[in-house]
Amino acid sequence: MDFRLSQDQRDLVRGIRELLAGRFGRDALRAAVDEPGRLDRGLWKELGDAGLFALRLPEDEGGVGLGLPEAVLLFEEAGRWLVPGPLVATHGAAGSVPGAAEGLTVVTEVSGEGLVPWLDAADVVRGDATGAVAVRSVDPLTPLHRVPGAGGWAPEAVLLTAAEQVGTAAWATEAAVSHARQREQFGQVIGGFQAVKHLCAGMLVRTELARAAVHGAAVTGDPVEIAGAKLLADEAAVANARDCLQVHGGMGFTWEADVHLHLKRAWVRAALVLPGDRAAEEVAAAL
Amino acid sequence: MDLAYSDAEEEFRGRLREWLAAELPRLPERPDPLDWPGRRAYDCGWQRRLYDAGYGHVHWDASPTQRLIFLEETERAGAPYVGANFVGLLHAGPTIAAEGTPEQRARWLEPVLRGDEVWCQGFSEPGAGSDLASLRTRAVRDGDAYVVTGQKIWTSHAEVADWCELLVRTDPDGPRHRGISWLALPMDAPGVTVRPLRTLAGSTEFAELFLDEVRVPVANRVGEENDGWRVTMVTLSFERGTAFVGEVVACRRLLGELARTARENGRWDDPALRRRLGRLSAGFLALWRLTQRNVSEAQATGGVPGVGGSVFKLHYSHARQELYDTAAEVLGPDALDLGREWNLDRLSSLSYTIAAGTSQIQRNIVAERILGLPKGR
Repeated sequence: MDFRLSQDQRDLVRGIRELLAGRFGRDALRAAVDEPGRLDRGLWKELGDAGLFALRLPEDEGGVGLGLPEAVLLFEEAGRWLVPGPLVATHGAAGSVPGAAEGLTVVTEVSGEGLVPWLDAADVVRGDATGAVAVRSVDPLTPLHRVPGAGGWAPEAVLLTAAEQVGTAAWATEAAVSHARQREQFGQVIGGFQAVKHLCAGMLVRTELARAAVHGAAVTGDPVEIAGAKLLADEAAVANARDCLQVHGGMGFTWEADVHLHLKRAWVRAALVLPGDRAAEEVAAAL
Repeated sequence: MDLAYSDAEEEFRGRLREWLAAELPRLPERPDPLDWPGRRAYDCGWQRRLYDAGYGHVHWDASPTQRLIFLEETERAGAPYVGANFVGLLHAGPTIAAEGTPEQRARWLEPVLRGDEVWCQGFSEPGAGSDLASLRTRAVRDGDAYVVTGQKIWTSHAEVADWCELLVRTDPDGPRHRGISWLALPMDAPGVTVRPLRTLAGSTEFAELFLDEVRVPVANRVGEENDGWRVTMVTLSFERGTAFVGEVVACRRLLGELARTARENGRWDDPALRRRLGRLSAGFLALWRLTQRNVSEAQATGGVPGVGGSVFKLHYSHARQELYDTAAEVLGPDALDLGREWNLDRLSSLSYTIAAGTSQIQRNIVAERILGLPKGR
């Protein structure tokens, strides 16, 4: 047993992080916010070229031939950078929907809760989206439609969504700590105040616990463990984004700060795929 | 990210499992949890069985992964936990093994492993609980002995201990962290008085320790003089790193029992309670994965666990308290009956967020040592 990341896995993380830092840094993020509903097809293709969608397809089918553990690492990074679009659905469609694996086709799906993200921008919709009605989405980077019917949740989609939540939880921790080390009040940086420190420590604990859960579930692929991981990752993402906003004080409450974008996305991910109470029921049923 | 155990590790697990299955039915009945002399005899008897079967050394000599397997299997089988031997096996023992001289290792380790000698922990003082570095118990050098005077408190297992891992101030003038030494104090030395303290659970698992000009041989000092703080940090990293491994497994077992009870008494029909149990279960499984990760890191870096232990302890101590609160909900009026083991354990669990560094201190450690936030007040 060695539950640490292998060298290959660390290299994979560094690769996607460098790609996203160069291609979807803060300016690109804010530009996307200013153009709601528009999906960057160029970025989609680059993510396809980097193997995000074809990651788990066998090599003889043109894929990368890696597994769920590698996929959760990439989706954590996508979550951390707040990459917009139906990443999980397109990843799930690779191999069955032409062009999905290469990042040429944008695939969305009807979520278990009867919501469809990115319906207008998608080329292919999985599930029955008949009668879809546009919703004024809480997340400026995730257009939503409501549909009368509802689907289920593929365990792998649940896990990858949980991985994105871990990305948000980690981002929020780092952003809060970085702010707390710079912002001065009462003649010292606020990170020296125990009240602020304890918020930050709590954020790290939630992140590490959720990450361990997501990684464990990625290795075992066990549906109950996946449900538990989603539960913890949702809580970590939402609570950390809120605490991060709190640490930023008045600045955190503005549109210009990025914190609200992460919190809103965390809410969307929590509600779209196996929401908390249902996840808790799934875990309880296995007791 | 590999959760598969090697063939050798699986073989170790298989042998242990077989041995446990044969041995556990032969154990004497457990003593009353409040009876510490009885518990000492029981716990030492169990340790002797482990020793005779070749498992006595597992906390020190085995690889972190083997230790993990040992704790997982013994807990899963419902074997006794270390109990009165906690300090000797998981605290003082590993510290002497890591920092002691060959003579010290020869003198103190074997009796702990054989279940012959029990240790207690003399760290805290009335004026130095979580602020350990402010301790004042003084040790003045007199020839080949230290003359020790002062008072300790919350001294775990002092009532039944033969030895005490004692922190003393050997340099009152130096910086707080630099004037401390780590001594092995014989509990039968003249001038040692033990006054058991009753916990809110009614147990006497800790005591006040009064030291009046007690002579402790200089040869009993582990580590250099005035270097006791560093030695102590080694001890604490063991405590926070691996000492709680078995308890995560215990919690998962307890949660299963609780779900069975709830199904039997109808409380399972309450969705809020069911979900609470589900959330707890997800948390304990994640703690197990976190443990496996911490152990993997310890294995890769030479055995001494790192600050990841604080992350673990913070979540664990709160989660375990919540487990017992949920148990009380499931039990209903039975939650008031101290004759049921759940309820005594519930009372004991109130110490988890205080003992071994309060949650507030752990948050400071996480914030300062992992996140790099400045020290402050």
